[in-house]
Amino acid sequence: MNDTYDLRGAESHIEVHKFRAGAIIGTLLLVLFLQKFLPLYVSKAEILDLPLLITVYFGLSRRNPSTGLLLGMAIGLAQDSLSGMTVPLGLYGIAKTLIGYLASSIGARLDTEHPAARFALTAIFFVTHQGLISLTRRILLAQTEPWFNMHLLAGALVNALVAVFLFLLLDRLRKR
Amino acid sequence: MVGIPSRHKSLVLLAGVILLQVVLLAVQIKRDSQGRLIRVWTVGVISPFQRAGTQGVGSIRGIWNHYFALQNTSRDNEQLRRENDALKLQITQLQSKAAEADRLAGLLNFRKLHMEVPMVGARVIGASPGTASVTIDIDRGQRDGIKRNMGVITPDGVVGKVIEAYANTAQVLLLTDKDSGVGALLADSRTQHPVGGTGEPLLVMKYVPNDDNVNDGERVVTSGMDRIFPRDLPVGTIVEIKPGNPFKQIRVRPAANLDRLEEVIVLLTLHPLELRTESESASQQPPAANAAGQAPAARP
Repeated sequence: MNDTYDLRGAESHIEVHKFRAGAIIGTLLLVLFLQKFLPLYVSKAEILDLPLLITVYFGLSRRNPSTGLLLGMAIGLAQDSLSGMTVPLGLYGIAKTLIGYLASSIGARLDTEHPAARFALTAIFFVTHQGLISLTRRILLAQTEPWFNMHLLAGALVNALVAVFLFLLLDRLRKR
Repeated sequence: MVGIPSRHKSLVLLAGVILLQVVLLAVQIKRDSQGRLIRVWTVGVISPFQRAGTQGVGSIRGIWNHYFALQNTSRDNEQLRRENDALKLQITQLQSKAAEADRLAGLLNFRKLHMEVPMVGARVIGASPGTASVTIDIDRGQRDGIKRNMGVITPDGVVGKVIEAYANTAQVLLLTDKDSGVGALLADSRTQHPVGGTGEPLLVMKYVPNDDNVNDGERVVTSGMDRIFPRDLPVGTIVEIKPGNPFKQIRVRPAANLDRLEEVIVLLTLHPLELRTESESASQQPPAANAAGQAPAARP
C-alpha cells in the first residue's frame, strides 16, 4: 500500500500524508507537556497555543475531515482537562473540533505545503479558534469575553511564525 | 435503505461531536460537576513528565547559567582551565543550591514565625495550558493533606487558592485569573474592598467609591473575610488610580511574583486563620525541632 496517495486521482497533486506509528500520540503528549511546562521558564510562551498548532498541522496533512475533527476533539478535551476547574470540559474541545474539521477540509482542497500558506492559514485558524472560544463563553457559559484585542493579533502572528518552523519539524515524522 | 452520502458523513460526525460537547458543557453547568475522572486521567499522564522536567531543567539551568556561560573566559592554560572548570562546576552546583536554600530558608522562616498555622511547602511543576485560565500545578496533593479551596501563599504575599487536589499534585488558581478574588483591605485606612484578577498581570480593587481617599503606592493586605486567607497577608501595592463610574478603577501590583513562582506554601486548613505579627512571633519562638516538620493540625 502506498504511504502517500493522490486524494482525487491523477489530475490532482494534493497528497494525503501518513505518519509513523505513535507519532501523533507522542506529539500530542509532548505538546501538552510543553504547553504546561514552557511558561514556567519563559513567561511569554503562554501566548503559544501548541495544541492548536498540532491540530492544524495534522488536519492539513491527513486531509480527512473525520480524522481531523476527532483529533481536534481529543486535543481540545485534553487541554480542557489540564486547564483547571474554571475551564469546563468542552470549551477548547468544541473550538479545536471545528478547527480540526476546517483544517482537514481546507487541506483536501488546497496545497498547504508552502510555508507562506502555512503561515497565513495558521494565523486565520488562531483568530477563528479564539473567536469560537469567545462565542462558546458568551452563548453557552454567559461569560463576557472580548472578540478582539491587540494580544489576539500578536498571538496570531507569533503562533503562525512558530507554526512555519514547527511544521517543518513535524514533516520529518511523515512516512516516506 | 438510504445511506448517508460519504461526503456528508464527516458533517454528520462533526454535528454529533459538537452536540456531545455542548451537552457535556450543559451537564457541568447544571450539576456543577467538572468531569473529574477525565481530568484525573489527563493530569495523571502529564504530571510525572512535569515533575521530571522541573527537576531536570533546574539542574541544567544552574549549570548552563554559571558554567557554560563562563567557559570562554579561561582558555590560557588547558590544565588550569580544567581545574578551573571543575571548580566552577562545583561552585555552580553550590550557587544553585544556595539560591534554592535561600528560597527555602524564606519559606522555613515564614513557617517558624507561624507555627500555629498548619502549612506545607510545595514546588511549582506546571502552568496553565492555555489563556482561558491562569493556574499553576504543584507537586503536593491529597496525600499531603491538600484539599480544594485551601489558600496558597509565599512569604511575599498571597498567590491564590487550590481549585483541585489530585493524589500527588494540585492545581492552584492564581490571583490574576479573572475568576479569582480575595477579601482585602487598604493597609492605611483599613477600609475593606475585594481584590480580583482580570487575566492580566495586575489585579483590580473593586467597589471603591470615588470619594474614598486612596493613595498611589498604598499597601493592600488580606482582610480575612474570605475565610481562606489569614488577616494582614500582603496582597499587593496600588499602582494606578483612575476615577470611574460609579467606582474608582484601581490597579494593584501583586506582592508575590506570580510570573516566577518556584516554591509556594499551602495553608492546610479550611478554617479561618489568624497569623501572628513578626513581633508577636519573636517573643514566642517555637522549638527549632518542630520547624522542619509538619505544623500541628488546624484549630478552628
